[in-house]
Amino acid sequence: MSAAARLVGEVVLSVEHVSLSFGGVKALQGISFDVREHEVRAIIGPNGAGKSSMLNVINGVYHPQQGTIRLRGREFHDMDSHEAAEMGIARTFQNIALFKGMSVLDNIMTGRNLKMRCNFLQQALWLGAAKREEMEHRRAVEEVIDFLEIQHIRKTPVGRLPYGLQKRVELARALAAEPTLLLLDEPMSGMNLEEKRDMCRFILDVNDHFGTTIVLIEHDMGVVMDISDRVVVLDYGKKIGDGTPDEIRANQGVIDAYLGVAH
Amino acid sequence: MSENLSGLDTFPKLLLHHARVRGGLPAMREKHLGIWQTWTWRQFADEARALACGLAGAGFKRGDHLAIVGDNRPRLYAAMCAAQCLGGIPVPMYQDAAAAEMAFPVENAGIAYAVAEDQEQVDKLLEILPCCPALKHIYYDNARGMRHYTQPQLAAYDKLIEEGRASLRHALAFLESEIAKGSGSDTAAMFFTSGTTGNPKGVVLTHHALIDRAIAAAEMEGLGDHDVVLAYLPPAWIGQNIFSYAQPLVTGYCICCPESAETVMTDMREIGPTYYFAPPRVLEALLTQVSIRIEDLWWGGRRSYDFFMEVANRAGGPLLDGKPVSFTDRLQYFLGELFVYGPLRNVLGMSRVRVAYTAGEAIGPDLFRFYRSIGINLKQLYGSTETSVFVCIQPNGQVKADTVGPAVKGVELKFTPQRELLIRSPGLFKEYYKNPQATIEAKDAEGWFHTGDAGYVGEDGHLRIIDRVKDVGKLADSTLFAPKYLENKLKFFPYVNEAVMFGDGRDRVCAFVNIDAEAVGNWAEKKNLSYSGYTDLAARDEVYALVRECIEKVNADLALEPELANSQIHRFLILHKLLDADDGELTRTRKVRRGAIGEKYCELVDALYDGRESVHIEAEVKYEDGRTGTLSADLKVRDVKTYSAAQVKKAA
Repeated sequence: MSAAARLVGEVVLSVEHVSLSFGGVKALQGISFDVREHEVRAIIGPNGAGKSSMLNVINGVYHPQQGTIRLRGREFHDMDSHEAAEMGIARTFQNIALFKGMSVLDNIMTGRNLKMRCNFLQQALWLGAAKREEMEHRRAVEEVIDFLEIQHIRKTPVGRLPYGLQKRVELARALAAEPTLLLLDEPMSGMNLEEKRDMCRFILDVNDHFGTTIVLIEHDMGVVMDISDRVVVLDYGKKIGDGTPDEIRANQGVIDAYLGVAH
Repeated sequence: MSENLSGLDTFPKLLLHHARVRGGLPAMREKHLGIWQTWTWRQFADEARALACGLAGAGFKRGDHLAIVGDNRPRLYAAMCAAQCLGGIPVPMYQDAAAAEMAFPVENAGIAYAVAEDQEQVDKLLEILPCCPALKHIYYDNARGMRHYTQPQLAAYDKLIEEGRASLRHALAFLESEIAKGSGSDTAAMFFTSGTTGNPKGVVLTHHALIDRAIAAAEMEGLGDHDVVLAYLPPAWIGQNIFSYAQPLVTGYCICCPESAETVMTDMREIGPTYYFAPPRVLEALLTQVSIRIEDLWWGGRRSYDFFMEVANRAGGPLLDGKPVSFTDRLQYFLGELFVYGPLRNVLGMSRVRVAYTAGEAIGPDLFRFYRSIGINLKQLYGSTETSVFVCIQPNGQVKADTVGPAVKGVELKFTPQRELLIRSPGLFKEYYKNPQATIEAKDAEGWFHTGDAGYVGEDGHLRIIDRVKDVGKLADSTLFAPKYLENKLKFFPYVNEAVMFGDGRDRVCAFVNIDAEAVGNWAEKKNLSYSGYTDLAARDEVYALVRECIEKVNADLALEPELANSQIHRFLILHKLLDADDGELTRTRKVRRGAIGEKYCELVDALYDGRESVHIEAEVKYEDGRTGTLSADLKVRDVKTYSAAQVKKAA
């Protein structure tokens, strides 16, 4: 399926002149780019280029010293992560952040947390409203389970699962929040070829089926070039390229950053 | 089975009968979004009728074929019945077949209509469109991923049934007359046999044949609408289809469709079927899982398991057969039942199983005894696609590991001088589709079906199968060489997944071995052996030593059987990859294709016989998505000790 077949819409998120530093380390320097509705946007770059920092800024984990983030027209200087979640942003982590002792089902259920309306007392007493709500959320979770084909591990504690499946569960939890913008931090790291292929399929399926906008960080160049509509390239906290995969492939600055240049 | 089914000579008539008599009882269950959803007989009948109207509206008529491609899904079974309502012929096809394998049946039967489960199956059907131009209508059940497909042949199952429902009111009379027009001698379904050689053959079965056999077996076992079955094998295999379509329509029992292939174990536990069917390899895989988990127990648990399994070995079988057992054994078995067998059956999901069958290939005696000893009434049956399955079944109380039981009511058996088994039964197939030559070869003028199996009937009236007639060979010194028998003996060891024996016309027997990745992997973990994957594990010297021990035990056993003592295994190698149906090494029902393997790996076979210590192999492999790649490896070849009868006796 080509990008043209998908309905790529208007800009939903724009990052403008964002700079972030930790003491003397300048993690991001004046980065600007935008993300359009329904597209798959990749952020790539060598180690330490500032990719994860960028994601953390969008997600409200880090607050940049300079610059603004505009999400659906609303301007933020610093966003809290829960505010980000309420605005429809969900994410996965580079080093899986699931509850290892809990079952897959319960883990995914936590993704529904923000959508639960009943109060503590209603939940504790299992009143009608709480029961109805639980059923509704369970149904939503089951739909995600069906979508990502993880029925067979529904009741397995996450800690017992192989890495590739844990990554899929993390994606499931993010999806359970019904996000409009999904941030994936290296969704394919540490996977074998087959697992990567499955993951690619799921990412494209999510994008196609729910129309979710996806921003992903990935190291595997083949994967990035195959599934993303546009790519941003960072190196040492600076943006060195931005465009379609074909444009990026031809970009001399990017080639130099990846392969090195003779000085 | 006390119902009067006279006059109900086709499956659609039977379905309407059940909708009338037990309309509110469950006909099918399917797990959807984690919850078991039930279809009653009335719903099943309504679905089939609406679908039939939809198909009729799309131009489907008497005698047309309808391909059904997918896993066990209620809607696909409804589609089978819908086709039969209109006098059409459903052709179930293997859901894991590659596109190229589907081309032959679709083209051969001139199929114009197909119902596919999901995008994966639709993709395969679209791929073969160029060589099957007759295929004009493809209906898909699961719409996921189908949004961007614009091919004119495609339509959703939902849309078809909606159209059917809309036209049902004025088409009802037409539909009822179509159903009434059907008769028992009409073709009910066509099954393509996996075919170990050449193109598959379409086996044409009539309503009468299938219904007659389904009733005969159901009467024998007292099946009724209180029974429950889990449908988890490919529905394109007659062995599954008869249990999940023909028999429920005869007896009114309920079938359950698991959520996915990976959840079968869990679903089985939740459903608790009362009637169960499993080919030996499934039973073997279950036992392997049990053994692994028992090995992980603390020593006390392991010891008590071993103790009670010994008791079960002694007393379990006889108790199940109602034979006399000593009081102490009875008492110990009772305790075992409390602490081991009962819980074990529960874990396997077999607590409620009244009747369990195994068939398809020979079952290892120890494997067979294991299930019977823990109180599961596992029995063997013999049959094939051409015979509508039921030819022989072991009756309760007369179960033996080495037989497949006496002939079922209505079946006649006889043998050719070459020991080939011939069968005459009301359940025999009508013909091979568009293949009169093959039909004449398989079914003679007097109606005897030539099975190609070698066997004999013992004094007890039970049939015993040795091997395929064409496979029973001779060593150079004219000793009997029964490869399957040897392979089965070796495969009983949990570490051995598959074995292929060579020896016909040669001076001694040598073997290829596939190790069981799970069992050997677990063993390696315990030994602190690290490995990167199957190929690496299979090449380890420690693993070779492990397999050699297994083979030596087989040899010691063989030494005691005078007829087979010379067919002890002299040398073996462990293959670098698992044998796979996609590479043409197994049939779709997972039987080894000895000839094909011998040709493909002729270099390796040579190495087995010329005394080399290692051999290099480069082989082409086919991935599941149809791509091909190559795999190269250096394989070791190892010798095995052989025994004389005297040595074994002395050691014992």
